[in-house]
Amino acid sequence: MESTIIKSRNFNASFGSNHVVKNVNIDIPRNQIIAVMGPSGCGKTTYLRCINRMHELIPGASSNGEMLLNGEDIYKMHPIFVRLKIGMVFQRPNPFPNLSIYDNVIAGYKLNGIKLPKPEKDRIVEHSLTRVALWNEVKDSLNKKGSFLSGGQQQRLCIARAVAMEPEVILFDEPTSALDPISTSTVEELFHELKANYTLIVVTHNMQQAARVSDKTAFFFLGELVEYDETKTMFTNPKDNRTQNYITGRFS
Amino acid sequence: MAQIETELQLLKTEAINMWTLVNSQLSKAQQAFLNFDKDLAREVVLKEKRVNGNELKIDRDCENIFALFCPVAVDLRFLLAILKINNNLERIGDYAEGIAKYIIDAEAPFSEEMLRITRILPMYEEAVNMLEDTQVAFEKEDTILARRVFKKDDLLDEVNKRSHHVLELHLKDHPEDVSQALWLLSIIRRLERVGDQTKNIAEEIIFFLEAKVLKHRNKFV
Repeated sequence: MESTIIKSRNFNASFGSNHVVKNVNIDIPRNQIIAVMGPSGCGKTTYLRCINRMHELIPGASSNGEMLLNGEDIYKMHPIFVRLKIGMVFQRPNPFPNLSIYDNVIAGYKLNGIKLPKPEKDRIVEHSLTRVALWNEVKDSLNKKGSFLSGGQQQRLCIARAVAMEPEVILFDEPTSALDPISTSTVEELFHELKANYTLIVVTHNMQQAARVSDKTAFFFLGELVEYDETKTMFTNPKDNRTQNYITGRFS
Repeated sequence: MAQIETELQLLKTEAINMWTLVNSQLSKAQQAFLNFDKDLAREVVLKEKRVNGNELKIDRDCENIFALFCPVAVDLRFLLAILKINNNLERIGDYAEGIAKYIIDAEAPFSEEMLRITRILPMYEEAVNMLEDTQVAFEKEDTILARRVFKKDDLLDEVNKRSHHVLELHLKDHPEDVSQALWLLSIIRRLERVGDQTKNIAEEIIFFLEAKVLKHRNKFV
């Protein structure tokens, strides 16, 4: 039986008086890929950022309701601990431009003041880069700056940086929207490999990507979670007319 | 209107035209059969090429829409249904052509007695009605009407089932009718297949509209 890793109950998020995530209830199963889709401004990215407490970093932002990680309230944990457990990859590849590829991968440890012996760091770097299928491409240039890599490689480096911390969940905010189709395809293949060890939550505007990569899909509209079901069901027989109109391109 | 909607609307019109053509083929073959009209039968055979051409065009248009628009949900079901309906309509066109060819090759009109005892005329009428019903059901997106087609097929099955025995009895007294009896049996078999293909079409209409798969299931549950 699948176990739930993230559970939201009556979860709300706002920017000042602007209520952007409304009463969301969702169970996210472990080791699956969940796509989150919806039109711009529907609250999907805000919801994603609430999962690892990034939302609260914005002035005037607030949230309430339950957000549980393995049954424990994320909002009662230390935010740094939450972000160690729940990594995030953003829309544009953002490796630290002045750090080498090697240092980019272990940046999470450095920034959190975690000191590791060199062999352990080497192991983490190789392991993480192998996980994201980048090791063979960069193993001879680990000391080069991360910014020298192509866009697709930079994004995989960012995923390696998230993977290096051994999180349980990785959040992706439109991770391939700045990539060409070949790099997109590489990242999508990576998703399938990563889900053996992690739970992936992917916000995407690309509906075909949601259909290709995810096990379950959530559709947000005007801050509400309209429908959440198996991806196959969502794309063949959605229950709600708003979902059907959105995925068939009939939204006005 | 989104471009995919325009494309699907055009495809729907093409499918309806195909339906009308196949319906006309089946009805003309019926008239040719009733009136022993060889000219009308020849017309049916000639127009079969148009049915085949329409089938290829609809297949190609479906393929293009799949490739260019990546349809999902109701659009995906519509396209899958159209592909199968198109195929079934083409087969019904083949059966109409087959019946027309019998008329062309037959030497004399069928005996009234054999037409009566086999009940081939009401069978033919019901087959044409079933096909017309599916067209209306598709155009009006009416699944109640689509479901009625399943029940109507009972008559076709019954006539087909009894035909062998009925003709066997008849031939004992009229052995000179053996050639005609074989023609009639072949036409009955084709009409029975028309009924099956039409039921398949009704299933596809229900799949498209309700996302329910009725294939290989009891339709009356």
